[in-house]
Amino acid sequence: MELILEPLRSPSIVYALIACAMVGIVCAVVGTYVVLRGIAFIGDAIAHAGFPGVVVAYMFGFPFYIGAAVAAVGTALAIGYVSKRSGLRQDTAIGVLFAGTFAFGVFLFSTINGFVGDLFGFLLGSVLAIGQEDLVALLLLGTGVMLTIAILWKELLYATFDPLGAAASGIKVDRLEYLFLVLVALTIVVSLQAVGIILVVAMLVTPAATAQLLTVRFTRLMVVAAVIGVTSAVIGLYASYWLDVASGATIVLVQTLMFAIALGFGPRGLLARRRGHVEALAADALEGAA
Amino acid sequence: MDTPTAAPEASGTPAHPSGLPAPTDHERDHQPDHGHALDPGHALAHADVWLSDVSAGYGERVALEHVSVAVEPGSLLAVVGPNGAGKSTLLKLMAGLVQPWSGRLQILGGPAGREARRVAYVPQAELVDWAFPVTVEDVVMMGRFPRLGRVRRPGRDDRRAVVDALEQVRMAGQLRTQIGRLSGGQRRRVFLARALAAEPDLFLLDEPVTGIDVTTQELLMDLLEAQAARGKTVVATTHDLACAAQRFQQVLAVNRTVVAFGPSNLVLDADVLARAYGGHLLVLEGRTVVLDDAHHHDDAAPGERHFHDRGQG
Repeated sequence: MELILEPLRSPSIVYALIACAMVGIVCAVVGTYVVLRGIAFIGDAIAHAGFPGVVVAYMFGFPFYIGAAVAAVGTALAIGYVSKRSGLRQDTAIGVLFAGTFAFGVFLFSTINGFVGDLFGFLLGSVLAIGQEDLVALLLLGTGVMLTIAILWKELLYATFDPLGAAASGIKVDRLEYLFLVLVALTIVVSLQAVGIILVVAMLVTPAATAQLLTVRFTRLMVVAAVIGVTSAVIGLYASYWLDVASGATIVLVQTLMFAIALGFGPRGLLARRRGHVEALAADALEGAA
Repeated sequence: MDTPTAAPEASGTPAHPSGLPAPTDHERDHQPDHGHALDPGHALAHADVWLSDVSAGYGERVALEHVSVAVEPGSLLAVVGPNGAGKSTLLKLMAGLVQPWSGRLQILGGPAGREARRVAYVPQAELVDWAFPVTVEDVVMMGRFPRLGRVRRPGRDDRRAVVDALEQVRMAGQLRTQIGRLSGGQRRRVFLARALAAEPDLFLLDEPVTGIDVTTQELLMDLLEAQAARGKTVVATTHDLACAAQRFQQVLAVNRTVVAFGPSNLVLDADVLARAYGGHLLVLEGRTVVLDDAHHHDDAAPGERHFHDRGQG
């Protein structure tokens, strides 16, 4: 008990816990659609594209999330536009944007004299450094993303599952796609301080991927992903405190461990599949004998 | 061979089979060489689906050219033709999913897409991700989403409509089954239930009876027939010429443009069918419609993901 309560005496840990819980939920909910749409790569690209925004914000002394939001949302819209309009394959177009924007961030970064520690933190996450103002901004942003999803979950689900049927029934699928990319970008902005640019894709993808191994119903999938997102964030943060290691990486490792367990032992995991395979073979044999 | 006889020219119905072989000299004089003689004003006023000289395609590739057709309310229309003939594209034009390059079209009295809530479109089975974590109930409920509007959640009426639609296709016992666990025929039944739950005026169905057993095919066709009898319009693509001839009132044969259009007993003459069905050729008086394996489908439109997961049954 003391192990759990002791860290809570420091306000920076409390802020970090709140931030991580928020990130866990928002990433899992948005990530559910990301995984079902198969656009994990886009999430990673948008995250990297946020880097020049963060650097510029640092250079000019305004809050990092404004710079990150402008850069990430801009890139998200550019990805949506390029993949629809250009003749290029989508992953090619994204690969170009991804590397180009990140390189621009590194370029800007290298123009700053001397080592800039907390900027480096955005690459790998430094949730313990979160201030009160930043926390409030992130909570507001995260709540905004969740509210938007709460209003549009039906349309997003229909458009993700059957874009043709949804569009034919009057849902504005194209507009919804752009909006969704913006939501992904904002989710990434919310997550940057907690896990950093390089690992944020794990927060988006891993809880939903784990949940997919545990349930086949959409609503349950989202709830399970959110529970995994929050618990892994809290456990990871505590573990990093006790072990005195990097928090973002620890959170992602906890998620990866949960995924591995579900993959091995879950009802739709490898073991169950093996068993199912044996049962199917037996059934085939019976049928053949009949 | 029995030559299908053309309907009397004076019949005035927009759907009369003037695309048929051996038109009268009089008809031939008035027929544009690519198209299909229509009385545009009359057809437009009465049709649920009206296309005039429509061409469309993807990128540089032409899929359909100079298509003119008028489908009246209460029609049960089969669209037939070989792979790559543009059947799916024609359906997508009607659904407002593909924009025409040229020509005019009106769907339910407005431009395609304007009356979208009165349209139910069912894509080919290959375009559906069957591993998606949704149950039978979830899929059919999607048919109710457009009428719910933005903020409202599905209520008791919607759940009743879902169960009712599933009872019609005899799938009410599998509400909670994930769709990937269904057989091919069951999957088609669930998607038809989604269309029924939407209570549309126009059904646009891409290959609704492809790759399913005879019993399921009969069930689905009975349901579509009942909808047509209630004044709803049904347009379905199919590879199954026997089904088109026996169960649909009208047939539209396409091969990049309209090859033939009219009552199914005239377009697909029983004798022609009997000889054509075993092979891969259907001869329509000097024009040849090539038939192919029923499990293939038109080329994917750009950006479409195809899922080739075999059903479990």
